[in-house]
Amino acid sequence: MEAMHAPVYFERYDVHGDMKSMPPEVMDSIRKNKVCLKGGLKTPVGGGVSSLNVQLRKELDLYASLVHCFNLKGLPTRHENVDIVVIRENTEGEYSGLEHEVVPGVVESLKVMTKFCSERIAKYAFEYAYLNNRKVVTAVHKANIMKLADGLFLESCREVASKYPGIKYNEIIVDNCCMQLVSKPEQFDVMVTPNLYGNLVANTAAGIAGGTGVMPGGNVGADHAVFEQGASAGNVGNEKILEQKKANPVALFLSSAMMLRHLQFPSFADRLETSVKRVIAEGKYMTKDLGGVSTTQEVTDAVIANLK
Amino acid sequence: MARKSFPILKQLIQQCTNRSFTSTASPRAVTLIPGDGVGPLVTDAVEQVMKAMKAPVYFDRYEVRGDMKCMPEEVMDSIKKNKVCLKGGLMTPVGGGVSSLNVQMRKELDLYASIVHCFTLPGLPTRHNDVDIVVIRENTEGEYAGLEHEVVPGVVESLKVITKYCSERIAKFAFEYADVNKRKKVTAVHKANIMKLADGLFLESCREVAAKYPEIQYEEIIVDNCCMQLVSKPEQFDVMVTPNLYGNLIANTTAGLAGGTGVMPGGNVGTDQAVFEQGASAGNVGNEKILKLKKANPVALLLSSAMMLRHLEFPSFADRLETAVRRVIAEGKFRTKDVGGDSTTQEVVDAIIAAVD
Repeated sequence: MEAMHAPVYFERYDVHGDMKSMPPEVMDSIRKNKVCLKGGLKTPVGGGVSSLNVQLRKELDLYASLVHCFNLKGLPTRHENVDIVVIRENTEGEYSGLEHEVVPGVVESLKVMTKFCSERIAKYAFEYAYLNNRKVVTAVHKANIMKLADGLFLESCREVASKYPGIKYNEIIVDNCCMQLVSKPEQFDVMVTPNLYGNLVANTAAGIAGGTGVMPGGNVGADHAVFEQGASAGNVGNEKILEQKKANPVALFLSSAMMLRHLQFPSFADRLETSVKRVIAEGKYMTKDLGGVSTTQEVTDAVIANLK
Repeated sequence: MARKSFPILKQLIQQCTNRSFTSTASPRAVTLIPGDGVGPLVTDAVEQVMKAMKAPVYFDRYEVRGDMKCMPEEVMDSIKKNKVCLKGGLMTPVGGGVSSLNVQMRKELDLYASIVHCFTLPGLPTRHNDVDIVVIRENTEGEYAGLEHEVVPGVVESLKVITKYCSERIAKFAFEYADVNKRKKVTAVHKANIMKLADGLFLESCREVAAKYPEIQYEEIIVDNCCMQLVSKPEQFDVMVTPNLYGNLIANTTAGLAGGTGVMPGGNVGTDQAVFEQGASAGNVGNEKILKLKKANPVALLLSSAMMLRHLEFPSFADRLETAVRRVIAEGKFRTKDVGGDSTTQEVVDAIIAAVD
């Protein structure tokens, strides 16, 4: 950002994944600035600490999670022509965090679906498709088994779909969807899904299009937006990558380009994206997850050098 | 592919040392449910091949359709008597009303383990090589408990139930399967960072069982990372044990990677009964067009019936069937549309019958 002289300045806050909750000054800062850029927060496995990522999304009501997965020129993958935007409901569904042990050895976990949330994520998806000239919106569900819950989700999608006659709408059962994703991903355009399926579909789509190291994404609410690496596959890298400083910065670069566009600085966003794409297409500076050996700094320098 | 089949493992282990099966194998009765859509087409294929092989099985056919309210009594009795069933496919209607017959069947017979074996077949080019994954999925609880209710209009709660009892037995099954089939690694798939109690319980059970099998490597992987790894490096996975929902998605993803749902065999296994059917059906029973043109792929059900033959302890027949199917696929002349060919179901069946020796 500094190299580009982009009209943004950052207010840094240190937060660790194992904190009990987000510090209030961080939340206040996000509410004031309305935009946040996040590296990654690790959620501990097992009982005890609740996920800070989930807490952040709930408090700020960031109801839509966007992951844009697409093939990059210069990055060969097994699947071609992938350009999928996964729009995932971010606040309810299976990740409500409402669990309890009924009797020892029996646990119930609640999946909550509401018309309100399903409707607004459907509206977001169609509005996104409309503004970005997308042709097809696909709703992903398992309403043959979870008839009421996913049935409600589908109903909301259908209602919103009827208001956008110019956009094609179809539905797909989630297991068929996974199968189609790995065999014919080019058929998908914008996908709207409830929370859990969205998580899995986004990670699968990111995997086929080049890996989680390059896909941008963000969490959007009515008032705030938090941008971060699109699909993190639930981890924040391992020790080795950290030590050798070989983490892939591309995903966060592209996410910050999304952020610039959100802040209405489209020319800066374009310059950043063009530069990143050029570096990938050239193929000289790529981190290990893409098949190269560069360090984070080398890739960053290359992107800076390519900025015009 | 000398793979021993799964359930009634105690029996298997006892019979392990005595492989001389007498040729006067008395024919076993198998309940056959053709089902909807392309089901009848593919079960017919199996019947033809069994007859051609003179396999010692005979089928008790029952007509069941996906939109019936519940499984007919006589079908359930038949399965309980025969202990083995072969199923084409039952379509579950989307939306409120009729509950899934597939799920009902699994619950009533307590078929607690769903097995899908996904592997790349020579002659069938796929984007990924060296895939040989067995997905063992808990089949009775989890997200598919079917317990939903509308709290107030516009708000629905769906219960995901996880119990120690079920988690433990599916973990035991997975490790026993790995042990009996000489598999090296079992990977538990979970989302315990978010669903701490539910998936935490599942993981606990897996860890306890893993401790009893020190020669088998045990790993855990978060489900979203798992999906990503599956599409980039599937060769790292061997046996995967998962709760109900993740298992459904992973089995279908893996089937897609390894060649499509048209070729992967699978079965649903319980302590007393087993139902064999196409491994991963991706929730559909084929579309109208495939049905009309009779171009459904019978390979998956044929390989599943080979699994069934092994289960009934007719391993030589199972081997002959599998060899014939593999030969036909490797030759590549007779293939249905979903795997890139143009043949009809009947043509593939004829080729397999011809290849059986």
